[in-house]
Amino acid sequence: MPLVSVEGLSVRYGANTVLHHVDMTIEPGEIVTIVGPNGSGKTSLLRAIIGATQPAAGQISRQQGLKIGYVPQKLHIDPTLPITVGRFMRLTDRVSHRQCMDALESAGVPDLLKRQMSQLSGGQFQRVLLARALINRPALLLLDEATQGLDQPGSAAFYRQIEAVRHEAGCAILMISHELHVVMSASDRVICLNGHVCCEGSPAVVASAPEYRALFGTGTGGALALYRHDHDHDHDHCDHSQDAAE
Amino acid sequence: MLDDFMTRATLAGIGVAFAAAPLGCLVVWRRMADFGDATAHAAILGVALSLAFQISIFTGALVVALIMALTVTFLTGRGYAMDTLLGVMAHSALAFGLVAVSFLSGVRIDLMAYLFGDILAVSRTDLIVIWGGAALVVALITWRWSQLLTATLNEELAYASGFDPKREQLILTLALAVTVAVAIKVVGVLLIAAMLIIPAAAARSLARSPESMALIAAAIGAFSAIAGLRSAYMFDTPAGPSIVCVAAILFAFFSLAGWNANRTS
Repeated sequence: MPLVSVEGLSVRYGANTVLHHVDMTIEPGEIVTIVGPNGSGKTSLLRAIIGATQPAAGQISRQQGLKIGYVPQKLHIDPTLPITVGRFMRLTDRVSHRQCMDALESAGVPDLLKRQMSQLSGGQFQRVLLARALINRPALLLLDEATQGLDQPGSAAFYRQIEAVRHEAGCAILMISHELHVVMSASDRVICLNGHVCCEGSPAVVASAPEYRALFGTGTGGALALYRHDHDHDHDHCDHSQDAAE
Repeated sequence: MLDDFMTRATLAGIGVAFAAAPLGCLVVWRRMADFGDATAHAAILGVALSLAFQISIFTGALVVALIMALTVTFLTGRGYAMDTLLGVMAHSALAFGLVAVSFLSGVRIDLMAYLFGDILAVSRTDLIVIWGGAALVVALITWRWSQLLTATLNEELAYASGFDPKREQLILTLALAVTVAVAIKVVGVLLIAAMLIIPAAAARSLARSPESMALIAAAIGAFSAIAGLRSAYMFDTPAGPSIVCVAAILFAFFSLAGWNANRTS
């Protein structure tokens, strides 16, 4: 039984349809990455899955009592709000000191408990967000461009941590990423989104695309590369009728 | 003991300070200072209406503050920016209130008492209303504290943990309306926002956690009420503004001290 299944999902903001007829599922323990150009509805899909956006059509069913750990794209803490890492870890769950320490340790930032959140570096901050999301042992971890603002080595290290976490905790992971090298190395499945699901499949299928090879490593944005490749490749579950319409 | 008007005034001030402290922290963190101000200004219309219909000032002010806050919350994001809406709603409510008061013949109304408070005239009944309202606000915020804090930090985080941040916003709005209604007698509609924001802002440089900031703000607010009333008595100054002055001086002092400590450390 899937953790989350999305059927025929459409999301509208006013007259603007950002997602139409999206179908997808997440199975326990798998890593799924959503890629797509800006404005393709990636964040809207994630918001719909956590219930922050009401679908205009279709439905989203979550497994009964599903625990979700969420790592937001950006968390702004107002400078007037004093909060230590330790307090932030206990934000939504009652947890012991031991659990806090363990979660911080497995996110790779063991010594920050007493520090103010405002004093953390970008990389430390993201790892604390990850640790907090993991603290109640979620069955599904959602990451919305969790490495924004980190440099290349920083985000590589962050994703290695996520792989380690998956290995350790065994949770399913659904992430939005711009960084294709991460998609290639860590995902079980890639979903290419542009208002609708253009294409989905294993990263190996994607890797065979010559356009992808040409663009890989040039740093021009992996999402674009992946989006282009499927115009002359045949994957399972492809649908290009919408591209013609747009 | 409650026969002494100074004792009643002091207790009223402390009651308002206790309600305003945790609420004020949330208002500061969420950058809702204008929202608090506008809700308070609108309450003068409530005062006018309650005088016209001869209902209690508390009820009138509460209802109008609540309508105002809910309307702004509802309309925001539907074509108008928050600050525009607040400007329109708050000042028109204030203007309509002042005009409405001028129509009320028969009763001589000392408008100053509602604009700047009349803490020295607090009765035993007022005291019960103030402490009742303050207890309600503190209970409400304590009950929802962790959710309010999460929703303040990040909306999506709130949804992912299984609760609706819009409901938390509504609870905050309700608490704000109650605080405005009970604080009118103490500091008046023009200075309510000051009681919300100044103690919280003063507590910032001393606090290391959200909870300690709320507690320190309560202490600063209560101290301001006591010291403000004392100095009003000694120097024969208006009581409500004197309380706010003490809070402002404490803010300046702690901010400078905090700034200095940061610079030297």
